[in-house]
Amino acid sequence: MDGIHDLGGREGFGEIEVNESDEQFHAPWEARVRGLVNAMSRAPDWNLDWFRHCRELIGPSDYLARPYFDQWVQAYCAMLVNSGYATIEELASGKSSAPMEGLPEPMSADAVKGARLGAKRYDREIAQDPVYAAGDSVRARSYGVNGHTRLPTYVRGRAGRVTSHHGAHVLPDANALGEKHHEHLYTVAFEASELWAEAQGRQENVYLNLWESYLERN
Amino acid sequence: MTKHDSNTVAAIHRELHSHLPSEPALRTKALESLLVEKGMVDSAAVDAWIEAYSEEIGPKNGARIVAHFWLDPAFAKRLLENAGDAIKELGYEHDHLIAVENTPQVHNIVVCTLCSCYPTPLLGMPPNWYKMAAYRARTVRDPSGVLGEFGVSLDRNVEIRVWDSTAEIRYIVIPQRPDGTEGWDEARLAGLVTRNSMIGTHRDLLAHPAEEE
Repeated sequence: MDGIHDLGGREGFGEIEVNESDEQFHAPWEARVRGLVNAMSRAPDWNLDWFRHCRELIGPSDYLARPYFDQWVQAYCAMLVNSGYATIEELASGKSSAPMEGLPEPMSADAVKGARLGAKRYDREIAQDPVYAAGDSVRARSYGVNGHTRLPTYVRGRAGRVTSHHGAHVLPDANALGEKHHEHLYTVAFEASELWAEAQGRQENVYLNLWESYLERN
Repeated sequence: MTKHDSNTVAAIHRELHSHLPSEPALRTKALESLLVEKGMVDSAAVDAWIEAYSEEIGPKNGARIVAHFWLDPAFAKRLLENAGDAIKELGYEHDHLIAVENTPQVHNIVVCTLCSCYPTPLLGMPPNWYKMAAYRARTVRDPSGVLGEFGVSLDRNVEIRVWDSTAEIRYIVIPQRPDGTEGWDEARLAGLVTRNSMIGTHRDLLAHPAEEE
């Protein structure tokens, strides 16, 4: 979707607030949100791309103004309501009016110790051979699509060069619709001068991971 | 069953906005109370996660990987070839990981323009600026300007490589080893590696950081 979340290259945001303490969370509620999201029962038809899509569906002015972890709260509340696990009234009051049935048990404190945060694979063998190989010249698809996608606006229609192939990864566009479909994933390098008029002569390259259907041969 | 429909969720967002408590801390509290009552979360597990973030999950993990990279050329080669496999030797796990190495000719910087993807198991929670609009918008367009705000100025002949984390692949930048650290052991070297240097918003690590003032 051509939403406000697609921020690459947009101007007018001003300077970066570079001075920040090294602490992981800046308020107790932020830590609580992070822990809640890791520990809660999840519907089998939720996934990372559905969460991302629910986050990017927060209205544009709200999205830009709302703190990061509060965007998580908002996205999970919307997911709970949308899937029928909670009502808006329950989320407003914090009181349950009906028990939850049919969801997996939540994680126990003991299970947190053995939880392997980084061990999650998104790739799979598929029958199709990759269409592109390192060194190929490609062009990113020029049009946007409804729904969730991971092709940022700022590279659409631009020419780049494949630098590597990563096997077939789950396609976000389909995953956000609850459909598992794997497609070859590549790293594509774009010269800054191909992306931005003011970047002529700069020694800069921008690398993105793009799925096969986001690309055409150039 | 979840209906994966964009318009429905957008409408729910608008309705939530006008009904939930006004403060994020209160919204979070209500959410946790409700999930506990419904049997969807165990608060002791939430506590255990918060403890894990404060004790085990943080940039010291990445720093150790960098120090090991500097000390062991064979490990360095394996890390650049397949970082996910190589870090298992040190007891870490992160599938779909790529290590990108800074050199005198190349500077790497990592961003996620679409959300806030970050190698959390190795670097902990991302800093706020990494998740804010200014960094996400500007890094792919004006990386040298962004670096300047972090106090990094590059020679004109240094190539900047910007890595936009658009898929489930995560990046860790390997900064250059500072001069004056010959003979140092892994723990001492790891102590020099800053979080920002592994994102790419810090370049020149110093053997004696206090001198940086």
